[in-house]
Amino acid sequence: MRHLLSTADLTRDDALLILDTAAELARISDRPMKKLPTLRGRTVVNLFFEDSTRTRISFEAAAKRLSADVINFSAKGSSVSKGESLKDTALTLQAMGADAVVIRHGASGAPHRLANAGWIESTVINAGDGTHEHPTQALLDAFTLRRHLRDGEGDLTGVRVTIVGDVLHSRVARSNVLLLHTLGADVTLCAPPTLLPVGVDTWPCTVSYDLDAAIADADAVMMLRVQLERMNAAYFPSAAEYSRRYGLDAQRMATLAPHTIVMHPGPMNRGMEIAADVADSERSVIVEQVSNGVSVRMAVMYLLLGGAESGIGGIA
Amino acid sequence: MSDASEMRAVLEAADVARALSRIAHEIDERTKGADDIVLLGVPTRGVALARRIGARLAEIQGHPIPVGSLDITMYRDDLRLKKARALLHTEIPTGGIDGRLVVLVDDVLFSGRTVRAALDALGDIGRPRMVQLAVLVDRGHRELPIRADYVGKNLPTSLRETVRVQLAEHDAEDAVLVGAVTA
Amino acid sequence: MSIVIRNVRPYGEDAVDLVVKHGVIIDIVPAGTGTANAEYRFDGEVVLPGLVDLHTHLREPGREDAETIRSGTQAAALGGFTCVHAMANTEPVADTAGDVELVWRKGAEAGYCDVRPVGAVTAGLRGERLAELGAMADSAAQVRVFSDDGKCVSDALLMRRALEYVKAFDGVVAQHSQEPRLTDGAQMNEGAMSARLGLAGWPAVAEEAIIARDVLLAEHVGSRLHVCHLSTAGSVEIIRWAKARGIDVTAEATPHHLALTEDLVATYDPVFKVNPPLRTEADVEALRAALADGTIDIVATDHAPHPREAKDCEWAAAAMGMLGLETALSVVIETMVDTGRLTWREVAERMSTAPARIGRVADQGRPIAVGEPANLCIVDPRTDWVVDPARLASRSRNTPFAARTMRGRVVATFLRGQATVLNGVLQ
Repeated sequence: MRHLLSTADLTRDDALLILDTAAELARISDRPMKKLPTLRGRTVVNLFFEDSTRTRISFEAAAKRLSADVINFSAKGSSVSKGESLKDTALTLQAMGADAVVIRHGASGAPHRLANAGWIESTVINAGDGTHEHPTQALLDAFTLRRHLRDGEGDLTGVRVTIVGDVLHSRVARSNVLLLHTLGADVTLCAPPTLLPVGVDTWPCTVSYDLDAAIADADAVMMLRVQLERMNAAYFPSAAEYSRRYGLDAQRMATLAPHTIVMHPGPMNRGMEIAADVADSERSVIVEQVSNGVSVRMAVMYLLLGGAESGIGGIA
Repeated sequence: MSDASEMRAVLEAADVARALSRIAHEIDERTKGADDIVLLGVPTRGVALARRIGARLAEIQGHPIPVGSLDITMYRDDLRLKKARALLHTEIPTGGIDGRLVVLVDDVLFSGRTVRAALDALGDIGRPRMVQLAVLVDRGHRELPIRADYVGKNLPTSLRETVRVQLAEHDAEDAVLVGAVTA
Repeated sequence: MSIVIRNVRPYGEDAVDLVVKHGVIIDIVPAGTGTANAEYRFDGEVVLPGLVDLHTHLREPGREDAETIRSGTQAAALGGFTCVHAMANTEPVADTAGDVELVWRKGAEAGYCDVRPVGAVTAGLRGERLAELGAMADSAAQVRVFSDDGKCVSDALLMRRALEYVKAFDGVVAQHSQEPRLTDGAQMNEGAMSARLGLAGWPAVAEEAIIARDVLLAEHVGSRLHVCHLSTAGSVEIIRWAKARGIDVTAEATPHHLALTEDLVATYDPVFKVNPPLRTEADVEALRAALADGTIDIVATDHAPHPREAKDCEWAAAAMGMLGLETALSVVIETMVDTGRLTWREVAERMSTAPARIGRVADQGRPIAVGEPANLCIVDPRTDWVVDPARLASRSRNTPFAARTMRGRVVATFLRGQATVLNGVLQ
């Protein structure tokens, strides 16, 4: 596997290899010298068609810790309506000799196009495409879940994860449902019916409209960001109603089992889908998700770029 | 790699035990009873050897010897020549390595490239006051200016031969095997 | 001067010689017995009435980079067509008598096939007020089909008025059935696949709701209605119900909706992006069954050329549409003839006779008989060919069948006795 485009492409063994590698790399973050020589002389381009400072910084830190040369290419403003810009940008990156392109794009499938259209030869890493997928986010979530609920080892068999919020528009939810299922977790999606895609019944998870029931026996609750413009598009009547029915507040948090953790991919709407009391509570692993993100992205880059061929997909 | 059944044993379990015991004594003598020794094994079998040498050395010196492991995968000079490999475990004992006497432990010393990678890896972790090298077998054919401080057995080999170290921790029993490369 | 078209099988039946003079078939005799000043020899291939496309985008005026009337009609001739209906969504929109006459005249000049302009239903396709439908009908172009294709006449009152108004000159409104609010930003068929791919869903109901409304409107005002590019099983059911009720409605299916499913979208290759979107296997099967039983009256290509940059991009940014003229008959042979669902006579009905009748084209879609115009499509149904986009006559390359092996090759096309294609080559 030359590219990381979708968590659907990862087998259980692939996913575990990435998580185990990330676990080794996480230890390096604890030592004074955080750099490894592994990708010296390799060029990684962060190609961001959407603003996402946190994701870009995470990939940048990961690449730099592996000694890669990092070029940040902010293509924001190259709107989807001027579609040829993706191709032209790709040709530019090819000419610059990019070994890997980390792409964030507003259009679902843009990384697939970049990887398969024949414009470039680089490895493509999907850093979030439209409402499709965000595979490294799912990997870091799995890493975080494993660390807290399975002592950092093995898969996630039997772990109950409830993902709450705007599943319809969430690339995080798509990637997580596929990956967590591959790793053996039981996933429940909870959202108002308007924010669940038609066809969700074919996903390997259960669906609930009732937040209280959906979190009752969860080992982890993952809250998704809800954008206020969805309200204007009539997905729900008001922010207050959404928050009341699908927000995680202190009262609801009190009903969780003692070991249950609370996750959020960020950025949070405090007071909307998650109360400040919850975000800042002891259950919250939100800050840790960020640091795990660097380790997971290092692992992905190492495995895709470190050798003569990718280490993901059929481990020797 | 040759099948173990086609290989001949040059060291048996008792020989291995004796060699390791001797290395532990030599470390004690050569370091003049230093109390700041840290043993770091190179995975996989170097770690088991480091543990055994550490246990013996602890008996000799009468205090526990810190033993850890040092994965060198990401420092290998042939990393780009092969498929990306899974990482092995690095475990630096509490107390670290700064200012200490580190003895690297590996099973077979051959080209010396593993040791060079280990020295690079070590440099990113800290600054020992001295680094020494212990190996169970030195089979010659160095490609870098590297030598071992402690050698269990010098084993002159042909480049066409393979040398395999088996340890009870990972294999059926302790042994060092030599076989001709078939092909 | 007379010609003989020797050894062809009308509708796949017995081999004959067709004797043609002044563009008219003057005699049909057993193969090898016809005499004339000149002859075209064939090898027992099937001859059909020249195909008629009710739904073609020729792009001229305005987007000559994608297609011209000349290149588009060349593609049509190569596909076996002798008449195409040029859709109105050009730049400027064909919404006046002058606009449609320009297209009509350029088609006649090119000479590869008859070009019947389609007039816009609403001025500028804006969906606000009717275009000058009567003026277009009375023009030299004799417009009978009116369509805002590409956009839906979504305003129910405006649609009612259009249906009523065109009765005065025996016109028909060809509706692009797409409820705009339900398809805002839509990218592909809504269902399990869109959920997985994270592409905004285009629900079947957005098509079906408009068709249901329109057939009821047509019934109420006693007008005829044509429904463009049916794509769902539900649409088929509504048309079937409307016909059973006696409503004067006709419907078309495109070759790509008969052949391809939404599974292709998983490649994110915009060559598979089309309006209406590719649907499911069940929908494809429903369309084939409906075309076989006559619920769907015709095959229409919706030939929609786009310049390379409109497809060489990410999915959401890409234009919707596919080439169709040069592959249409092959698709019908593969999906309908080889499967035993249509006889050659029925193919002639679906691809020539019925579209000419709906479009009120007098001298097209006529039977292969003495005294009829020699508009002919000669096809070898046994020859396979591989689609090479670079070798298509269209100026554009956006065929969804690139590198696919197609069934049956058009070997010759005659327009009023003149060969436009011989040996598969443009004349």
